[in-house]
Formats: sequence, C-alpha cells, structure tokens
Amino acid sequence: MKKEYVMGNQAIALGAIAAGVNVVCGYPGTPSSEIIETIAKHNREKAIHVEWSINEKAAMELAAGASYAGARALVTMKMMGLNVASDALMSLAYVGVEGGVVVVSADDPGPISSQTEQDTRLFAKYCRIPVFDPSSVEEAYTMIQDAFAYSEKYHTPVLFRPTTRVDHAYAGITYDDRAQPKAIPGFVKDSGRFVIFPRLSRMNHEMIEKRNPQIGEDFSSYWGNTLQGRKDSRKAVVAGGVSYAYAKEYIQDREDVRLIRVATPHPLPESFLLNALEGVEDILVVEELFPYLEEELLMLCGKHHKNWNIYGKHTGHSPLAGEITAEQAALQIGSFLGDTLTQEAPGAMPQPPARPPVLCAGCPHRAGFYAVKQAMKGRKANFSGDIGCYTLGNAKPLDMVDTCLCMGAGITMAQGLHWTDPETVNFAFVGDSTFFASGMTGVANAIYNEADLIVCILDNSTTAMTGHQPHPGTGVNMMGDVVGAISIENVLRGMGVTTVITVDPLDQSAAIAAVKECADMRGVKAIIFKSPCIALSKPVAKARVNEACIGCKKCIREVGCPAVTFAGNRAVIDESLCTGCSLCASVCPVKAIQVSGKEAR
Amino acid sequence: MSYNILLCGVGGQGTVLASKLLAAAAQASGLSVHSAETIGMAQRGGPVTSHVRIGDDAYSPLIPKGTADLIIAFEPGEAVRNLPYLKQDGALIVNSVALMPVTESLHPSGYDPGKMLNYLKSAVKTLAVVDANALCAPLGSVKFFNVMVLGFATGAGMVKFDREVLLSTIEASVKPAFVEINKKAFLAGAAEGETFIKEQRGL
Repeated sequence: MKKEYVMGNQAIALGAIAAGVNVVCGYPGTPSSEIIETIAKHNREKAIHVEWSINEKAAMELAAGASYAGARALVTMKMMGLNVASDALMSLAYVGVEGGVVVVSADDPGPISSQTEQDTRLFAKYCRIPVFDPSSVEEAYTMIQDAFAYSEKYHTPVLFRPTTRVDHAYAGITYDDRAQPKAIPGFVKDSGRFVIFPRLSRMNHEMIEKRNPQIGEDFSSYWGNTLQGRKDSRKAVVAGGVSYAYAKEYIQDREDVRLIRVATPHPLPESFLLNALEGVEDILVVEELFPYLEEELLMLCGKHHKNWNIYGKHTGHSPLAGEITAEQAALQIGSFLGDTLTQEAPGAMPQPPARPPVLCAGCPHRAGFYAVKQAMKGRKANFSGDIGCYTLGNAKPLDMVDTCLCMGAGITMAQGLHWTDPETVNFAFVGDSTFFASGMTGVANAIYNEADLIVCILDNSTTAMTGHQPHPGTGVNMMGDVVGAISIENVLRGMGVTTVITVDPLDQSAAIAAVKECADMRGVKAIIFKSPCIALSKPVAKARVNEACIGCKKCIREVGCPAVTFAGNRAVIDESLCTGCSLCASVCPVKAIQVSGKEAR
Repeated sequence: MSYNILLCGVGGQGTVLASKLLAAAAQASGLSVHSAETIGMAQRGGPVTSHVRIGDDAYSPLIPKGTADLIIAFEPGEAVRNLPYLKQDGALIVNSVALMPVTESLHPSGYDPGKMLNYLKSAVKTLAVVDANALCAPLGSVKFFNVMVLGFATGAGMVKFDREVLLSTIEASVKPAFVEINKKAFLAGAAEGETFIKEQRGL
C-alpha cells in the first residue's frame, strides 16, 4: 500500500487498477481526462490494455467485447460523451456483461467546461442500470472497486458519475500499488446470450425489471448510503455526490437533523430511505443538475402514502440550473432548519475585469481563422465551428465561429446551411482529434450528397483543450508505442476529396491564397492548417514594438492576441507570453513590429 | 476549525504548483488536507483559483465564502474578485502587477489596478502588497513568483508550516534542474515576509 496526494480522477484510476481492471478505454473530455492518463502512467508492465479510443461509442463497444471474454473494463468520458456511447450502452444493458464493465461519465454542473447540464443519474435510470455517485476523492477510490463487484454480481454495466468538484479535488489516499490485472477467462461463444435479437431483448427486459428492485435492496445496506442524526428529529436533509459534502460542511456532526446520503441513486435503495426517513415530516433535497433524488422521494412518498413535505428544485428552494456552492447549500439548509444566519451585506466593491477564455498568445488557430477572414472579406460566408480550443475563435475580434453544437457537427451543419443557400460559401472548422472522433463521416456525407463545402482542419497535432492527449494522427498511443500516424490528407483523398491543401497558417500569404483558391471551387475542398500547439512547441522568437508605432491599434483590433496590449500611445507586447508567431507584425501598417529570432523557428 | 488558503490569479501564473506545494507540506506535517483546482477551458487566460483546506472538519472541496484565513492573489483584480472568500480577520497577499485582459484593450471597461489596490487597503487589515516583477528580477523570471510568495507567507507567519518542511517539499516536487532556483525564490520571499510582519507589528 502507498499513500499519495491525488486528484479525484487519479483516485478513480488507482481504484480501477486495484480492482484488477484489464482494459481501459475512453475519449478525452473535461472533467474526466486524467483517469486514462493516470492508468497509462501506472501501466509500466503494460499488463493493462489502455487506449484513447477514437470516440466514446468505439470505447463502449470495445469494453463490451473485452467483457464478453471475462475481462474487467473501464470506459471513461464526460457526460456528453455518454450521448455518443449511448447506442452501445443501451443495448449492452439488455445483453449484460461477463467481466465487470464500469462506465465513468463525469458530470459538469455549471457547466464549467461543457455544452449541457445533463445528469448521468437520470441516464442510469433510463438505461435501467446501477449508478454510483461518489462525494469525495477518498470515496471515489473505494466506490469504483465496488462498482466492478456489483457489475459482475448482477451481470450489468454500471455507471459511475463523479462531478467536476470530485474529479478535480485532491486528497491523500492509501492505494494498493501492487495490484495486478485479474486473470481473463477467455471468450466462451454463446450466441443465444451475446447476439441481441428482439426476443432476447424482451426476455432480458423482464429480467432487468425484476432484478432492479433486488439491487435496490442490496444497495439498502451499502456503506455509501448513510444516515446521521437522532431518530426523533423531524427534519431530514437528503443529498448525494458533492452536494453531500456541502451539506456535511454545514451540518458537521449535529444530531438535531437527519443527514441522509444517497450514494447509489439507481436502483433506489428504497428500504434504506424508508427506514432513514421514518417519522420525518420535512425533507430538504440538496442536489445539482436534475431534481433526481427529489423526484424519487416524491415517487416514494406517493407509493407509500407518506406525509412528507419535500423541498427542493420543484418548490423553488433550490435552483434548477447551475452549480451549487458550499455557501448556497449552507443558506438552504440553514433556513430549512430555522438557524440564525449571519449574512453579511457585501460592501461596494470595484468591478474586476471580465476575463473570458481566449486563444493563447501565438496559437496557430488564430492565424488560420484570420487567413480565412481575410480571404473572404467582402464575400458571403458562413463559419461552422466545432468542439475544441478553436471554439474560442468566436471571441472578438476574430468572430469566426458562427455555430457550435456538438462534436463533429460543424462539417454536417455547414451542409445544412449550404442546402438553404448554395450561393454562400460554407466553411467548417474542425480540429485534428475531432476530425477522427466524428468528422470523417460528415465529410463522406458531403461528398456523397454533393454539398459545396470547405473543411478547414486546424491540425495542431494534439487534443489541446483537454490537456494534450495523443490521437490517431499523432503516431503515439497510450501504451507508449510509436505507431503509424493516420494522415488526414490521405483520409480525405481516399474518400475522394481532390482538393486538399496543407499550409502553415502562420504563413499568411500562402494560407490566404489557399482559401481563395478553394472558395471558387465546387464540391468538397479541404485545407489543413498545420502548425503545432504552442503549449507543446518551445517558441524561440519574440515580437517587439519599435518607435515607428503610430498607435493605430490595428494589431489589437484585428488579431486579439493576449500578449498585445496598449500603454501610453503605443502597442506593447508582453514578452513572457509572446511566441513570435508574427501575426501581429503581418497586420501592422507601418512595420512597427519586429520579430527577433524568427530564423530559428 | 479548518485553516483555509485560497490562491487566485489568471491561467498560466503558476497557482497550481503553489497549491500543490502547500498541500504536500501540510501532509508532510501530518495534517489532513484537501484541495481543488480550476482545470479546463478557464485555464486559457481566465480567472483561476486553488482552494487549500487544512483540518479534519473540511468536507466541501471548495472554501465556503467568508472562511478563508489567507488569500494569495497573483493579480490585483483577481484579489478583489475573490475577496468575498476572506474571513473578517483574514490576511491577504497581493501582487500589485496587473494582467490586462485582451478584451480590455479592445473595449476598455476602465480596469484600474490602482483602484483595486486602494479598495483592498480599505477592506483588509492584514494586507501585503508585493511587486512580483521587482521581487523576481534577481531570479530572472516572474515565473518563480508562485514559490516566492509561499516563502513570503511562511516568513510572515501566515502559514504555520516549518520552513524546512516547505523546502524539502520543493525539493521533492520540482524538476531537479529547478530545485536550487526555487529554493532561492522561497528564501528570498521568506525574508520579505519577515520584514513585512515586523513592520506590521511595529505599526
């Protein structure tokens, strides 16, 4: 055993290793990405197969295959990835598993780094499978091991849903550093079991609905479902996940209120809850995202004719959207309990500046966007964006992202826009990792259906936004092997895109010429803006503003680089941020920006 | 009662390393510690915070507002943004060097770091204003401010760890090539912190 101070995601990874996991796969997505990275780091003997799969659906299916052979499999993603994986997961729920399958779907209340505020607990109910909801880093380590045990006990995939504040919290844990992957029994063919047919689904559906109340009973004695407080107290606070931590922070060890934690929201541990709530009159539910526990309690209340007052999101006692904070939870619980709350009126404070996230100084995406913008000046064009760092191309002054919906959507949405107005030039911006994840099918769709479209692949040779994960185009994988990199250019040509131009976006004149060339052609064209992510390549050059600066602010107005600011009557470049990309120099009308060390680049 | 330290700044300023060092030092001192970080989209030039909570009764990963014993702010505007977290008698260390957001050059909202510092002076009793650029000049880069400011907090007695514990934590946590310069940064900061607290008491 070893003691270490770790992030929640690391605790989940170490817990899975302790559970003897054999196969680990997933797709990067904040706040889940560090799980696979941690497994890979601890996989020195390569005893575990660990990979970044091409997308969440591929990962889910891979895990199902491994499980049929008796292996334990962990699949990781953020909650929107679960939408992509759901086709496979929903069917797998019917077929069932042999080796344990645990699907980590990290929820992001707020949302802090996401497009939706969906709730994985509800997804578990929809799939009719168990879900675990850890409230701390320490719990996550133990609970992920339990999740594997329950998965095998009931032959079902199991969901595991941490939220951002558990994923990215740190705590000291003691973990098993000698754990070995379990022995894999091997695939025993049984088509009556592993080939899904309507008849099998009908039979298994019945079995699942009979089984779930049994799991609920089993969960009623699960250690994670806890009750604190005196039996004669008439008030109860019910919470799960990190909301429990907020509730506990306020209630501490008080006994005059019952504090009930639900760590297994589905199947609902009914008898545990009925017992814990015996004699209670008022219930406050503290939870983020969907009013899940609240609605389950309302169901329980009706089913058992209880005389409970249930307060939560449906009664306006808790917000329906957004993350809750420790002090919000304290306020809710304090007023529920009738405590005297000392709320300080905030004094008049000067307003700190807004700091929206922006593309890094020197980011090659900025140059790619700027080239397209310059080339299309005076022409009607739509710019469909996608998910990744380059979504930030929507920020002013670039203002080059007109749409962003979900992974891979830019390429297909651009086609939809095209069919409504064929005279407008349609661009789709997609990153290299997103292209592999879900961009390729959109390109095939455009070729097949003869849409006019310019696909701009912003290839920085990494999955930058989520922390620089490798992908099929990078030539390395999570087993630490150097593998053949898939060429995006060859993929496009193989599908039948005849015009594929690869250009360095920092070479503005070449980049602008490439865009202009494509804009006048019919059919599907592709421009690969290839330049490495500046967070991974060591910049050697610096730009400086000289005496010639006339203070026209064009560099600021056009480029919007965080390294360029204005002081006195001149533009100033922060050398600690500058990478010498020279985009600002290229727009300066009086050549007042000089880039040193450019040759060394 | 838990002891809460909030670090805040702008993505890329090195708050994460500082909070990791604090947590490691707490653990090495045999204390129970939890922390939380801002990770993801906000890291790209957005406001970031690290919450470090020391003590057995800390359950929430984030410090509840009004309960931070110490705020270490890497930027004046961020100090003001996070001031609601500070306890009534809490201490605040702030770097006086402002980082102008790119939006400020495009559409000035009148961000005035001086106004921020003046407000802090009126609102915080134990306030240390430090100039990261000046303090870090002998080290060659402002990037060492994160370790230097930990030294400052230690020297001023705002964090209760043994200096040696933090020094050995630095040794264990940073790349070997950077151990010496980081130790130097820490000790320089500690000396500044000692001077600050002496003056504070003298007043």
